[in-house]
Amino acid sequence: MAAIQGGVVDADEEKDIKSEPASDGWANNNSSDGKVLSASPGSSAPAVGIKPAAGAPEDQQTLLAVLQFLKKNKLTESVDILRREAGLPEDSAKGADSSGAGSGGAAGGGDAEGADASSLLSRVTVSSSAAAAAQAPTKASAGEDQPDVNVVLSAYSQQGDPPLYQVYYSGLKRFIETVLDCHRAELSQVYYPLFVHMYLELVYNNHESEAKAFFDKFSGDQECYYADDLRILSSLTKKEHMRGNETLLDFRTSKFVLRISRDSYQLLKRHLQERQNNQIWTIIQEHLYIDIFDGIPRGKSQIDAMSGSLAGEAKREANKAKVYYGLLKEPEIELPLDDEDEEAENEEGKPKKKKPKKDSMGSKSKKQDPNAPVQTRIPLPELKDSDKLDKIMYMKEATKRIRVGPDNLPSICFYSFLNAYQGLTAVDFTDDSSLIAGGFADSTVRIWSVTPKKLRKVKSAADLNLIDKESDDVLERIMDEKTASESKVLHGHSGPVYGISFSPDRNYLLSSSEDCTIRLWSLLTFTCLVGYKGHNYPVWDTQFSPHGHYFISGGHDRVARLWATDHYQPLRMFSGHLADITCTRFHPNSNYVATGSSDRTIRLWDVLNGNCVRILTGHKGPIHALAFSPNGKFLASGATDGRVLLWDIGHGLMFAELKGHTDTIYSLKFSRDGEILASGSMDYTVRLWDATKAFDDLETDDFTAATGHVHLQENSQELLLGTYMTKSTPVIHLHFTRRNLLLAAGAYNP
Amino acid sequence: MAEERRQKQCTVVVPTESMKAIAESVGVGQLQEESCVALSEEVSYRIKEIAQDALKFMHHGKRRKLTTSDIDNALKLKNVEPLYGFQSQEFIPFRFASGGGRELHFYEEKEVDLSDIINTPLPRVPLDVSLKAHWLSIEGVQPSIPENPPPASKEQQKTESTEPLKVVKPGQEDDASIQGKGQGATSADGKGKDKGSIRLKPRSTHELSVEQQLYYKEITEACVGSCEAKRAEALQSIATDPGLYQMLPRFSTFISEGVRVNVVQNNLALLIYLMRMVKALMDNPTLYLEKYLHELIPAVVTCIVSKQLCLRPDVDNHWALRDFAARLMAQSCKTFSTTTNNIQSRITKTFTKSWLDEKTQWTTRYGCIAGLAELGADVIKTLILPRLTIEGARIKAVMEGPVVSNIDKIGADHVQSLLLKHCASVIAKIRPQPDMVEQYRVDYGYLGPMLCSHVMKARTQAALQAQQVNRTTLTITQPRPTLSVSQSGMGGSTGSRTPSIIKVPSSLTLMSPRPGTPSQPSPPATKYIVMTTSGGATSTQQVITLSSSQSASSITSTVPSASSALQPLVKLESGSGPGLTASRPLQKYIVVSLPSSASSSLEPKSTVLPTSISSTLLDAGMKMERSESPGASTQSPH
Repeated sequence: MAAIQGGVVDADEEKDIKSEPASDGWANNNSSDGKVLSASPGSSAPAVGIKPAAGAPEDQQTLLAVLQFLKKNKLTESVDILRREAGLPEDSAKGADSSGAGSGGAAGGGDAEGADASSLLSRVTVSSSAAAAAQAPTKASAGEDQPDVNVVLSAYSQQGDPPLYQVYYSGLKRFIETVLDCHRAELSQVYYPLFVHMYLELVYNNHESEAKAFFDKFSGDQECYYADDLRILSSLTKKEHMRGNETLLDFRTSKFVLRISRDSYQLLKRHLQERQNNQIWTIIQEHLYIDIFDGIPRGKSQIDAMSGSLAGEAKREANKAKVYYGLLKEPEIELPLDDEDEEAENEEGKPKKKKPKKDSMGSKSKKQDPNAPVQTRIPLPELKDSDKLDKIMYMKEATKRIRVGPDNLPSICFYSFLNAYQGLTAVDFTDDSSLIAGGFADSTVRIWSVTPKKLRKVKSAADLNLIDKESDDVLERIMDEKTASESKVLHGHSGPVYGISFSPDRNYLLSSSEDCTIRLWSLLTFTCLVGYKGHNYPVWDTQFSPHGHYFISGGHDRVARLWATDHYQPLRMFSGHLADITCTRFHPNSNYVATGSSDRTIRLWDVLNGNCVRILTGHKGPIHALAFSPNGKFLASGATDGRVLLWDIGHGLMFAELKGHTDTIYSLKFSRDGEILASGSMDYTVRLWDATKAFDDLETDDFTAATGHVHLQENSQELLLGTYMTKSTPVIHLHFTRRNLLLAAGAYNP
Repeated sequence: MAEERRQKQCTVVVPTESMKAIAESVGVGQLQEESCVALSEEVSYRIKEIAQDALKFMHHGKRRKLTTSDIDNALKLKNVEPLYGFQSQEFIPFRFASGGGRELHFYEEKEVDLSDIINTPLPRVPLDVSLKAHWLSIEGVQPSIPENPPPASKEQQKTESTEPLKVVKPGQEDDASIQGKGQGATSADGKGKDKGSIRLKPRSTHELSVEQQLYYKEITEACVGSCEAKRAEALQSIATDPGLYQMLPRFSTFISEGVRVNVVQNNLALLIYLMRMVKALMDNPTLYLEKYLHELIPAVVTCIVSKQLCLRPDVDNHWALRDFAARLMAQSCKTFSTTTNNIQSRITKTFTKSWLDEKTQWTTRYGCIAGLAELGADVIKTLILPRLTIEGARIKAVMEGPVVSNIDKIGADHVQSLLLKHCASVIAKIRPQPDMVEQYRVDYGYLGPMLCSHVMKARTQAALQAQQVNRTTLTITQPRPTLSVSQSGMGGSTGSRTPSIIKVPSSLTLMSPRPGTPSQPSPPATKYIVMTTSGGATSTQQVITLSSSQSASSITSTVPSASSALQPLVKLESGSGPGLTASRPLQKYIVVSLPSSASSSLEPKSTVLPTSISSTLLDAGMKMERSESPGASTQSPH
């Protein structure tokens, strides 16, 4: 493990509490005792919880420190009493708690135990600042988070001789260029973080011209995939600019993670110590996290495959947690409809063993998958009658499913939005492909019926009173024929609608918008039911859980939130990303969510306890599309760099890279059997990839699993099955019908 | 390169002058230089920050274009009030002003008359969003329908046919060609790649989908069927549809077979229809016909030089077909002739050879001359002019000699007018003035005198045209337009009128580069009265008859030689030449469209080529044929 960390001073160590991603989520207290996911009344508005903490920093932080100390020593009763006395909201304590725990984790277990009160105090001070950093773009004025930023920045105050920076850097460069080839690639990883921190140090200490010269001289050496960040850095030339700059805060609050073999590391260390190159050595110790492994140093291509994210690679232990990626057992439903029997059984939410009537669903074995989570790991909503009917429909359709594969490519039906005037921002299909919804830049949400069945509203209350409630076709009778139309418009948002998602039962629609809200719409009345407020910034994406009830959202505030439709406050908040969360996806078993971010990482979160269980790095641009394979084992992700990466969730490793698109990928989807991956992009193409072949190529030996080194084959051309150009229509959504027909959607853009 | 760019990124700042100007605009008088520098750096930084945030909104809006609303949203994100209600008709709404050693850009705020806004008719309501489905791919193959991009771009077809070795190999194309490269080749690329990249034949020529077969059947039936409206539709489809690449071989076979059969049967109408199909195929911007010329060219040449194309050669107008086909031939020569296939020289040789043959019939002779003449002035100069004397003698023999057969006489007559038509303009260019009848007779023999008058006509016309081109925005694109300008003396009565707005008569569309399909009755010749009001002097009025007929006898006499004094011009805008406005500062023109009272010479025609048609109308008919287009709506540049 990180052996180098031993020599570092405590205080420095703990300023970087954000480096432990696994524990920086809002780990909920009730995760240990209750399996029930409910928003406890105390956990109201966590964002609010931060603000008082920042408002009266001194008192509150002292209290928090005490609280934390008590907790550490398992004095839970005292904790409760003190909290009640102080009138502290549970959440702020929790926030500090979790981030404090994070710092503890980073420092190593022994450290935290032996820490005295003063170090605890300092830790809490920092942790609150870090919490502010996590919430970095709070609308609070600069004055409020100013002290925190200063704390963060103060690390830069020790300075060397500014003109010497260039000398130091080029000295290191010369050294790295002369080392043995096998170490060079690994050591050159150091360039970028070192460059950034040296530059920031110069800027912070007001050596503007030196900073500029330094930047001009060395920015060209950096890897091209850092160009976006470099552009931001280049605009930052004054100390004053550093305040409130998110990118900068990211660099400061998180340690840049490098994976270097022990040999290479020793080489570097020896060099720096021999040359008395303290400036660089300090930066490496303070701002870099070097994850040392034993074994052969990695090559350039291996490093390039994994690097590119805002904060370096993921630490190996970040991906060690067990992920139950298996599917939940499907509730058994008799195909013939004898409902009485069924209902009694499914009341439990867990059907007993029943004579299975499954046919083509080979993936769902009768035996419990060892990788599947326990059925009741998170509470899932009970199946209603209508759900069961739908399941039956699904099975019937599934029997008619076309088996697609490399020799039998799916047909693609393209839905073009005409006259959208570039305003189409999000699209979703229902699972049964009967409805299509579009979110538009003019704040509207529109729903079309793709089938001849028109969209109808439920009758008004007065009219509903008149109908015969006993009749068999009561569901039909409640619909108002007069309102039948092919499309409906939903008004309510006050900003572009960026995310949209149908509920699995087709009764609800979620939409997330620039106006910071998520709205739940009823598809029976075509009205808005709830506006979920909690995000402080535009919400980029939202998605319903495959089992309904829960949904996930993520946006510019870098926090993904898990909601249940019947709570107006989030149940979980997943924080840890260093930039906007651009897309969110539920795992097919609803126990995990994946979030893609502008920090060029993908994180997988455990819904049960809010922990981050996977950090996947390798993309070189903001991630805009995610898709789980139907068996839950794999994840596909697409980014602005036009590449699709495939990930093995179990090991947390990348195993394929699909190159071909020339622009942002906005949509990814696996076919129903997981044999074909379809990707849709801004470059006006839909591409089909041979997912089966990619999965088959995956052989994970123990070594790879242990070290996390990936060897990618250059085989994207072999995996590409087809490219289909549209007529200047960006492809922004893809959907496989239950019979494996591919539906694509986009706005025609003449 | 990249470093340079990066350096620029680093250094770009708003100039300090802007800071001063902005400060002044909000009432801060003297701003220190240092403050300006500090401000400009700060402002530049903030602008960059906002731009970066705006980019995020662009990405999430799934667009490539940054819009003002993105910037508004970015401002909102920063908790800054967005800009409300700013809009500008112009691209950059700033005006430049300098003075007192200062240079300023300022925002011009015009006074707007509210009543103007109220009275302007509302713009059309934008169409509502709608959803349309089509097949992007059917079991891995992309259907060729208008909703999909053309399967193979014209460039690709061209490279495939001209440089077969350089065919883009799947998997090796660079990013740029991915865009242009259609689906036709890529669908099976995944499979075909492993086997290597040698493709013996372009795959696209093989089987047609059921839809394509249906389409092919419908189109071919409509093209040779009896319903003219349907034919126009079908031809338009051929000329515009992007997905015909795969059907091309079928079409070319259809045409060549059709010509072969119908020449034997002397079915003039069908031959015309087939030639119009060729024309439509050539007009299709997505097709590259090179590979099919071996079938198309013989068919076209047949229609030019065949001895007999119709059942009654004495009355039927097969001449028009020959002209039309000759023009097609010229067009394909221009488009497809390369140094390797040498189409033009081969065609020229063919025509010359049969023309030189003594035994050649008048019909074939006509076709050969027409074919050569259409190839351009150089061909006329080198091949036709030297033979004018011989040809003249031959014509004279038929015209003035004993009447052998009526058919020969008609043929000779046509050849004569054809030669006159084509040679006159060329001679006008290469021969110095003056035009002496006797000299012409010496040079060109029997045809000399007639040529002389034609050349004179052509010269005056050219002069007229030059004026037109110089000073008007109305360009007359008919091949040889004739303006008959007659002067009437009703000037005094209109002297007081100074109308300012000139309405373009709707019938002016006659002059548009692409008139409607020939099936529509052409509008009667329109007369335009051009009234000149120049500074209180007597006004004159001119009637310009824009007639498509070329051979009207009255024209020559009415062309005024004094055209420099009375510019007959149709003026649409005030952008007249500077030289002219200088001499006549106050000249206004009104163009009035008169009903065609004197236009009996040009009957509305409903069919392209009536079976019998008087010789004066022939040219007009052909003119329409020439301007035939797949549809007036397609505005492809010619």
